Amino acid sequence: MREMSYREAVREAMAEEMERDERVFLMGEEVGHYNGAYKVSEGLLERFGERRVVDSPIAETGFAGVGIGAAMVGLRPIIEFMTWNFSLCAYDQLVNNAAKLRYMSGGQISLPIVFRGPGGAAHQLAAQHSQAVENLYAYVPGLKVIAPATPADAKGLLKSAIRDENPTIFIEGEVLYGSKGEVQDGEYTVPIGQADIKREGTDVTIVAWSKMVHVALEAAEELAKQGIELEVIDLRTIRPLDDASILRSVKKTNRCVIVEEGWPVAGFGAEVCYRIMKDGFDFLDAPVARVTGEDVPMPYAKNLEELVVPSVGKVIEAVRGVLYRG
Amino acid sequence: MSLRLSKLNKELIMDKDLMLSLYRDMVRIRRFEEEAARSYSRGKMGGFLHLYIGQEAVAVGAMSAIEPTDYIVATYREHGHYLARVGDMKAAMAELFGKATGCAKGRGGSMHYFDVDKRFMGGHAIVGGHVPIAAGIAFASKYRGEQDVTLCFFGEGTANMGAFHEGMSLAALWKLPVVFICENNLYSMGTPLYRTLAVEDVAVRAKGYPMQQEIVNGDDVLEVREVVRRAAKRAREESLPILVEAKTYRFRGHSMSDPAKYRTKEEVNEWKQRDPIFLLEQRIYDLGIANKAQLKAIDDEAKQEVAEAVTFAEESPQPDPSELYDNVYYEAPQDDTVHDDRDDKVVPLSSRSRHAG
Repeated sequence: MREMSYREAVREAMAEEMERDERVFLMGEEVGHYNGAYKVSEGLLERFGERRVVDSPIAETGFAGVGIGAAMVGLRPIIEFMTWNFSLCAYDQLVNNAAKLRYMSGGQISLPIVFRGPGGAAHQLAAQHSQAVENLYAYVPGLKVIAPATPADAKGLLKSAIRDENPTIFIEGEVLYGSKGEVQDGEYTVPIGQADIKREGTDVTIVAWSKMVHVALEAAEELAKQGIELEVIDLRTIRPLDDASILRSVKKTNRCVIVEEGWPVAGFGAEVCYRIMKDGFDFLDAPVARVTGEDVPMPYAKNLEELVVPSVGKVIEAVRGVLYRG
Repeated sequence: MSLRLSKLNKELIMDKDLMLSLYRDMVRIRRFEEEAARSYSRGKMGGFLHLYIGQEAVAVGAMSAIEPTDYIVATYREHGHYLARVGDMKAAMAELFGKATGCAKGRGGSMHYFDVDKRFMGGHAIVGGHVPIAAGIAFASKYRGEQDVTLCFFGEGTANMGAFHEGMSLAALWKLPVVFICENNLYSMGTPLYRTLAVEDVAVRAKGYPMQQEIVNGDDVLEVREVVRRAAKRAREESLPILVEAKTYRFRGHSMSDPAKYRTKEEVNEWKQRDPIFLLEQRIYDLGIANKAQLKAIDDEAKQEVAEAVTFAEESPQPDPSELYDNVYYEAPQDDTVHDDRDDKVVPLSSRSRHAG
């Protein structure tokens, strides 16, 4: 085992896959000569050259479409969005082209392409640079959506995504890049579509992904001191959703809180909630609760921003709610 | 600039087989679409039906000028391009009828014809969205060191879309072998060109990227063929994009629901004097390549083929409801593992192994 940062884990996954398969290339803004806006691709240009590490102008529709075209004929592009906020400029490409080309061609086309970059709020970047887009993509059949919380999962899942024959939305945590964790040595992948229990517990199930897993784990530490044991399920993959792991846990704890960074209305947690109700209704001792970002565009002011993002305090409050210990 | 007929290669126009084959290809498209319109009116199909009637010389001229390994990316008005490239009239008609035997198994319809084996990479129905895709296919050819060229068709209305600009801009920046073919039929749905574009010629837009441009009479199949041949040659040999603007006209409305009241009968009739099929017919007669009876035989053959395609489409099964969810995702065959754990690091880079041709 080695300790490495989330950033290094993402980089190592790309480097290993580029080494393994010449069809894999990286394209995006500042990925080459600048070494990545977040330094995720640092050193890759030097190692693989300009043919395979391609600096793109600021043209999300353009380079997302170029990636899709290249994947249609058998290359395996990794398209980096500097942040997922900017992917909205390319939303038509991802939704109308990447997600649908296989289906509407009657299965003639495969699109082995990964769109990746940082998502979620960072620190005081205000409304246009601070949003969680998971649900916008999870809504669309034909796309897979991944949002890992740890370096080990980031590496293993990115390698799986690059090898997958389907278009994959890979959302990294902008504030997680510097976080460190143990990563196993040697070759490994993490399968797409499998949740992971990050902490076992008996009293309340917490469903979270990406940065919110860490918020949940912190809340679990606090609550353990009060004798409340949380089971923290890290979805890792948003679509396809690992319903079985969630239900297994809910059947054990009979209570569930979903923690997500995005807005509440039509957020992905609402879907998770529905599925628990549909298949686990008889096992619930309390309505499923959601902790979400506040329903406002992200404000700039530090104190207001702290109010918007789900906090350890809000998670604890929700847990006490489903335990009727308000 | 536009190539005059007098400058056309003498050998080209004296090539009897070529002239008759171009004629056959255009007539097949015309007869196919006339029947599609009739079948549409009879309720045999749903959705939108955008007819290409009047523009056949562009698709036929262009397809006749390229290699079987070149790629085609087209719009939602792509029956003609599909027939000129792929030729399978039965699969085309069955797709309109929403049948399992269609060229997209009934999942695409009129606007989404595909034949990946013939490198016909789709009809795309978000205006401009396919322009970056064409650049991407060309990017892949260049990445692999292959000499294939990508032809990207669109209408003049596309020239106002951001995706068009981004795709053209990247193709020029990265010197990608794409022949962009703008079919300027003067109407962007129901709005005339002068109300949608500040320029008369879409071709001038190429200057800023920059990219070479050509304007061609889109009603003259030989001119289109010659200009696209040269453009494809340059794209192939020098790896450079080029914008060809074909001036043309669609005789029907934007789609079947459009009676085209925004233009006068006189205007339409004037353009019909330049019907591309009529023009080629005249030339064939003038050069003594064939007589009326011979051309009529070609026409009859096309009508017969269309009739057979309709029968085929009508008799074909609808898609099996149990296959509704097929191909939303690629799923590895049962005996395969989800994860590709091949030890070999060298994976064949060539596209030849994936696609026939």
